[in-house]
Amino acid sequence: MHKTRQTLAHVYMVLFLIFMLAPLIVMSGAAFNDSKLPSIVPWRGWTTMWFSEMIADERMMWAFANTLWVAVAVALISVVIGTASAIVINSIAGRARTVLYGLMISTILIPGVVIGISTMILWTKMGNAVGTEFFLFNPGLHLSVLGQVSYIAAMVMLLVLARLQSFDAGLEEAALDLGASHAQVMRRILLPHLYPAIGAGAAVAFFQSIENFNVTQFTRGGADTLTVYVFSKVRAGITPTINALAFLLICVTLVLAVIYEINRRRRARIEAAREAEARRAEEAML
Amino acid sequence: MQELLRRYGSGLTLIMCLLVAFWLLMLVIVPNITLFEQSFRPYLPVSEIGGPRDVYSANNYLKVFEGQVTSSLFGIEFEIPVRVRTFLLTIWYSMVVAVLCLMLAYPLAYYMAKIVNPKSLPTLILLLFIPLWVSEVLRAFAWWIILAFKGPLNALLLAVGLIEDPIRWTNMGFTGVVIGLIYTYVLFMLFPIYNAIQSLDTNQIEAAEDLGAPWWKIHWRIVIPHAKPGIASGCVMVFMLSAGSLLVPSILGSTTSQWFTQTINETFNDALDWNTASAYAFLLLILCTLFVSVAMWLFRVKLSDIAK
Repeated sequence: MHKTRQTLAHVYMVLFLIFMLAPLIVMSGAAFNDSKLPSIVPWRGWTTMWFSEMIADERMMWAFANTLWVAVAVALISVVIGTASAIVINSIAGRARTVLYGLMISTILIPGVVIGISTMILWTKMGNAVGTEFFLFNPGLHLSVLGQVSYIAAMVMLLVLARLQSFDAGLEEAALDLGASHAQVMRRILLPHLYPAIGAGAAVAFFQSIENFNVTQFTRGGADTLTVYVFSKVRAGITPTINALAFLLICVTLVLAVIYEINRRRRARIEAAREAEARRAEEAML
Repeated sequence: MQELLRRYGSGLTLIMCLLVAFWLLMLVIVPNITLFEQSFRPYLPVSEIGGPRDVYSANNYLKVFEGQVTSSLFGIEFEIPVRVRTFLLTIWYSMVVAVLCLMLAYPLAYYMAKIVNPKSLPTLILLLFIPLWVSEVLRAFAWWIILAFKGPLNALLLAVGLIEDPIRWTNMGFTGVVIGLIYTYVLFMLFPIYNAIQSLDTNQIEAAEDLGAPWWKIHWRIVIPHAKPGIASGCVMVFMLSAGSLLVPSILGSTTSQWFTQTINETFNDALDWNTASAYAFLLLILCTLFVSVAMWLFRVKLSDIAK
């Protein structure tokens, strides 16, 4: 009985993996099908023409460039704001902490549609009130950046805050006692300890920003990012150029995943070798 | 506060507090207040803004009740305002998605936490993460291809002989939307539950087994109570993401599956009536706040447990 349940569990895992990965395979396959509609059936023969058409698609390349700079901007601002918030939250206590912390993490739960509309209305209204044509107050991708930061900063904050738990505040005390300036304490002691979390936060922010559709859709003005562009394509007659793009993105993801996996296995092997060594040494001592 | 000043000095403290203030005030609180204020203003031509007709009223909210359609539930037909219907259907199908995700994810979460060989777990997690890294719009698009009338799913089912005629998947009410939402968000259910079950002591399960408890009772009395915070977190996340999703319903929706975010999008970007769109967006925000509060109360968890 136990055995059958085990087998069933393994089968379920495989089925789940197929459910998660098959759509990506179908999508990649359609990039090579010589058919005007993106599909893998009926198969009309191999072609790489969709890749050359993708390169020739100027609007898509613009959208790609826009996506990249928006993501970099979001990552930079979110990391700065998120790290500062984590430090502030970590050094206050009581009611103020509860309220501030609750406010910060509730931003993750606000629907993107609401964030998008509210950001757009606030900044354009401010522009109207001041009566300026300054670009900051017009619709555009810079407003998308601000909207995205409003919830992505909270994710960075959570990551950095988790890392701060393992920080020994005594180190800062010692540095201050030995005559370090406040800036030195921050730059030489606190930040180096936080770097892993800050790096992870930047990566999360970058990918979250690339994913984002809801906020961008309501704040972008006339500009495109990749998600918005693909979305408009799906609505208005699609060609397999999108599949070519998807295939490339999946390849990049796969390469990163494989590198990560090889790295992890190597580290696990080294770890295991070290443990074996330690055990042998212990036995020799006895 | 003194802590901050003592450690980092007045300059750095000021900068950090300003950053936090900028985030919470300029990016979160003030925009939402503006949204609320705007939602009570009428939609006027630019020249009349600030004029005598620019007065507060609840008209934008009342627009929700305009336009009756006939609808039927359990065979009983009744009249219902079209946007109220959309709103209710969005809530209903978001719940359906959350429940289906829970049913799909729970066995796998348990498998990952307690059954699978710990050595192959990181590889499994990595494989599961791959779709999450490919952007949401492409994941929805993948299902658009699969569910197409002449697409692979119909071809497969025809070849196996399960169906005789191809099925119009994306023209069956909310079917396409539900499938797409499950695919897109099931991982947001899986990982919180996995994290919760992982911290359960395996000895407890073995003790129950030794004492003769059947497998379903072990889950019902030991694993599920222990995984409750994870389940709550997963359900809230999946519900919020589904109810707030605009991409998946727009790409995979049929002619009869209007999602509330689509209504907001049309009002804002097509009709350019920002004020009414604000009112609708505010309704969505209230709905989400209510849902989170009810879930927190029901499962007795804190906000910090949900947004991990």
